[in-house]
Amino acid sequence: MKISAFHLMPHRELPDDFEKRYESVWVTPPWWELADASRVGQYYNWTLDELLYAARRGFDGVCTNEHHQNAYGFMPSPNLMGSVLARATSGMDVAVVQMGATLPTSNPPIRVAEEYAMLDCISGGRLVAGLPLGSPMDVNLCYGITPMEHRERYREAFALTLKAWQAREIFPWNGRYYQLANVNLWPRPIQQPHPPVWVPGSGSISTFDFAVEHDVCYCFLSYSGARSATTMMQGYWNVVAERGREPNPYRAGFLQLVAVAETDARAEEKYARHVEYFYHKCLHVPGMWYAPPGNQDYRSLVATAKNPVRRAENPKDLRYRDFVEKGYVIAGSPATVRDRLKEEVVKALRVGNLMVLLQIGSMPHELTLENIDLFAREVLPSLRSMWDDEGWVNHWWPERLRKTSPAPVPAGVGASRA
Amino acid sequence: MTERTVSVWQGKVRIRVLSRGSGPAVVFFHGPWGLTWDPFLDELARTFTVHAPEHPGTTPDAPDDVYHLDGLWDLVLCYDELLTALGVESAGLVGHSFGGMVACELAAAYPARARRLALLAPLGFWRDADRVVNWMLLDPAQLRAHLFRDPESEAARRMLGVTPDPQAAAEARVRFMWSMGATGKFIWPLPDKGLKKRIHRVTAPTLLVWGKEDRLVPPVYADEFARRIPGARVQTVDGGHVAHLEQPEAVGRVVRDFLSA
Repeated sequence: MKISAFHLMPHRELPDDFEKRYESVWVTPPWWELADASRVGQYYNWTLDELLYAARRGFDGVCTNEHHQNAYGFMPSPNLMGSVLARATSGMDVAVVQMGATLPTSNPPIRVAEEYAMLDCISGGRLVAGLPLGSPMDVNLCYGITPMEHRERYREAFALTLKAWQAREIFPWNGRYYQLANVNLWPRPIQQPHPPVWVPGSGSISTFDFAVEHDVCYCFLSYSGARSATTMMQGYWNVVAERGREPNPYRAGFLQLVAVAETDARAEEKYARHVEYFYHKCLHVPGMWYAPPGNQDYRSLVATAKNPVRRAENPKDLRYRDFVEKGYVIAGSPATVRDRLKEEVVKALRVGNLMVLLQIGSMPHELTLENIDLFAREVLPSLRSMWDDEGWVNHWWPERLRKTSPAPVPAGVGASRA
Repeated sequence: MTERTVSVWQGKVRIRVLSRGSGPAVVFFHGPWGLTWDPFLDELARTFTVHAPEHPGTTPDAPDDVYHLDGLWDLVLCYDELLTALGVESAGLVGHSFGGMVACELAAAYPARARRLALLAPLGFWRDADRVVNWMLLDPAQLRAHLFRDPESEAARRMLGVTPDPQAAAEARVRFMWSMGATGKFIWPLPDKGLKKRIHRVTAPTLLVWGKEDRLVPPVYADEFARRIPGARVQTVDGGHVAHLEQPEAVGRVVRDFLSA
């Protein structure tokens, strides 16, 4: 099994009354009131240092992602971060997992194909190419793409990207949304026929249909833990079976928030306020923005109206112990975290590519390094051999890294603790 | 009332048209929330043959037809085809909100199609200082408060499908959301799609009707139309963005009198 460190690059110092004073963490948080560019420079460098520290401590991969106008995650260009990571992990058996550059907001979308090819070249073939649809907030609200065109644009851009990587001949693309007379990508990726593709989603049925159809790894990027994802992931595995694909656990990825401490009680002392900061402030977004009219196709709209997903509890009403009890966050001693990750996440959802979020909300740099270190020493080694007994091949991982496990560098040798 | 479904756009776009009344033809283009035959249209039907087409995608059983249209130009051409299919050479064109923008675009593209033009709180322009509120991002309670002077009125409840029957409520919600999506396709993210470059082509006598308390498209937008269409008259009325639903008889009379002149 492959375990990667995920990062959102959040604002770590939002005011205590943020969610009362402001409309949203996304799209409309006022920069001049809330942020300072020098301080944000520090966040970016902490983010890079934390991911590099994870790489040095033995994680299989490091993940960045793309959001816009978002105070809980502001890597508008994940490839800038990925490029630093690719260079700084040179010579290490670590995958650079871009989760990733968003096709419908890149125009023309071959820009993503080009940059990913660059990253694959720079990293020596260690790229995992995440190709997300993008959230409505990013794509429709910030980048102005018409909700009804969002999925169509994505599908066209996805097909164009895959062809641009592989075509032996220069080709014209006469699409509905994109027209290019001479597609002739420079450079091409090292990995052949193309880097492994992951399609992140947040539980939309049409996205996992798409993932199965294209035989890519579907990654459920959840902030609410495995329990609420069980039905959804079962739906995914049902589609896998219906389409006659093998139930290879590596065709599923899952993101889990994790906080490790010496004991369960110490975990609460160290992490409670950061976890509450994340769910109370970082997820403060008006509900309507998640589904602007036209973003869902008609079939999905009817299905949702007929069988409304039972409205999950409002995270703002929950406290640390609720988040832990309900599995939003898996937190506690190494033994607690190990057991819960194995049972609730890896086995229950049948996940081969696990991503863990170890820097949560306001968690400061030092504490994040501690969390990464404890996870790497006490949790990660016992997860690594999961699924080995079933003998599956992780087709969705860079081939040269499939059989290796990164050797951890001793603590203190890694990222600077500045 | 008669009901028929007309196919246009190489048969790929089906548009249901509701018609009532007798006399000269009037075509009514509905707003982003779907077509309901309401007392305002009855008022017009006292003097005219009123044809009310549903925007592509909002006709029942044809939700995906809207995917055959790429933009406003395609939509305007569809409506030209529709008028031909209805046997309407020229007509009084009336439109509300998004439909007002469509009526104005049609009158600009085909001046001879518009005998007279009555626009109720039309979209089509953008002023940074007086922004049009994006109704597609409002929750149901906010939307009612932006559309109606009195969000608790019977008209507000009817339009937004407030009903105790859960199945009917779900169907109303789907219809409502899909109508916003299918019309929003032509105006996202801002409702300025170049009408300012084309509006000089309008030759029909034009009336603008605006609710004094329109909280969605502020009444100052009447100026954008009035100063670009020679002789256009602006009539403000009591009510919000849907004044014709709040005051169907009063607004209906204003529009009917204008179209009859």
